[in-house]
Amino acid sequence: MAWKDLLVERRSKETLNALLFFSLALLFVFQFTLGPDRERLASVLPGLLWLGFILSGVLGLGRAFLVEHENDCWEALLLAPGDKSAIYLGKLLGSLALMLVVEALVLALFVVFFNVDLGPSVPSLALVIALGTVGIAAVGTLFAAMTAQVRARELLFPVLLLPVLVPVLLGTVKATEALLLREALSSVGHWLTLLIAADLVYLAVGVLTFDVILEG
Amino acid sequence: MSAWLGWLAAIGLAVGLVVGFGVAPREATQGTVQRIMYLHVPAVWVAYVAFTVGLGASIVFLARRRPGADRLAHAACEVGTVFLGVNIATGAIWGKPTWGTWWTWDARLTSVAVVFVMFLAYLLLRGAIEDRERGARYAAVLAIVAALNIPLVHFSVYWWRTLHQPPSLLKAGSSTMPAVIVAALLVNFVALGLLGAYFVARRTRLLAAEEEEALA
Repeated sequence: MAWKDLLVERRSKETLNALLFFSLALLFVFQFTLGPDRERLASVLPGLLWLGFILSGVLGLGRAFLVEHENDCWEALLLAPGDKSAIYLGKLLGSLALMLVVEALVLALFVVFFNVDLGPSVPSLALVIALGTVGIAAVGTLFAAMTAQVRARELLFPVLLLPVLVPVLLGTVKATEALLLREALSSVGHWLTLLIAADLVYLAVGVLTFDVILEG
Repeated sequence: MSAWLGWLAAIGLAVGLVVGFGVAPREATQGTVQRIMYLHVPAVWVAYVAFTVGLGASIVFLARRRPGADRLAHAACEVGTVFLGVNIATGAIWGKPTWGTWWTWDARLTSVAVVFVMFLAYLLLRGAIEDRERGARYAAVLAIVAALNIPLVHFSVYWWRTLHQPPSLLKAGSSTMPAVIVAALLVNFVALGLLGAYFVARRTRLLAAEEEEALA
């Protein structure tokens, strides 16, 4: 499943290109709305970074089940043999890969445009981003499947997703902030614990309830 | 049954008013405005009990597929949201004279607000899906995610910032409140609990009637 989605995405590059362009546009919007003051920008940078991640994530995840929807393959998904949680994990991996690629590029853009010095904190930052993204993608995939067949899906999806993601966002933003200030990874241990707990809860609920969503 | 609950709730509320305004003394530092606590604190407890009932009923519905469990989950989450709204509103009214502001982004205010928005989204999802059976399944999944998310929200927001006075009732060691205030609080807790149960019972029956009418 993940393989199929990634293959489709590689062939078309549709979502990836659009998301990258969106992130770039977002970067300009941040810059213009906040003004050129470097110091003020630096203080809100972790928040901006995750705002970029979450907005591009919402757009990308919202499309996760649209391929099936548009190409009339929804019934095929429902009829697919075997465990439905495999479909969930496949979709999750596909979205996760896409989001991580976009996030890596957005991070690179931030480094260039906002003059961020990542220095030695790159591995620990990568860990925080990975943990946060797993959480976002785990709930996002579940909710995207839920809203795929509903009227006003573009509206309902973020409305459902954003409040649930508050703990993940607080954890990632606070941890990113500390890491950018050159603090050790151990100083954000409690946030990492929270992110891991959130990831596990979301993944467990997703795996356990996904067949309920794909019933019809 | 629900008529009895209604009368009990009415008597409880009347006694609660008498105890809250007549028996309990005027608080020395905060003055009369402290009496709003007799509504404010029980309301949030009833809300969280209702969400717990909603979580249980949602799980039972997914496991057994009884329409009654779905109606109970719907009613409980709705009533919980209303009580949480009462809690937030009374908190703001209390906060203005006491803290000098209607609202601050303090830990507990924020976490309650996030939970409130999560369950508003639940009610939105309920309204957005026409197909009853599918709506019930999706809503059950969302209720499970939202309810399991409550502890994560609390921890994350607590670590994010804290200013609220520690919880008034549940504290390690003995309570700092005089016995008469605790008693008044407990009377009102019982009264609001009865009122919440009455609302849930009525709402469950109303939902059943709506379904019957839709079938007819």
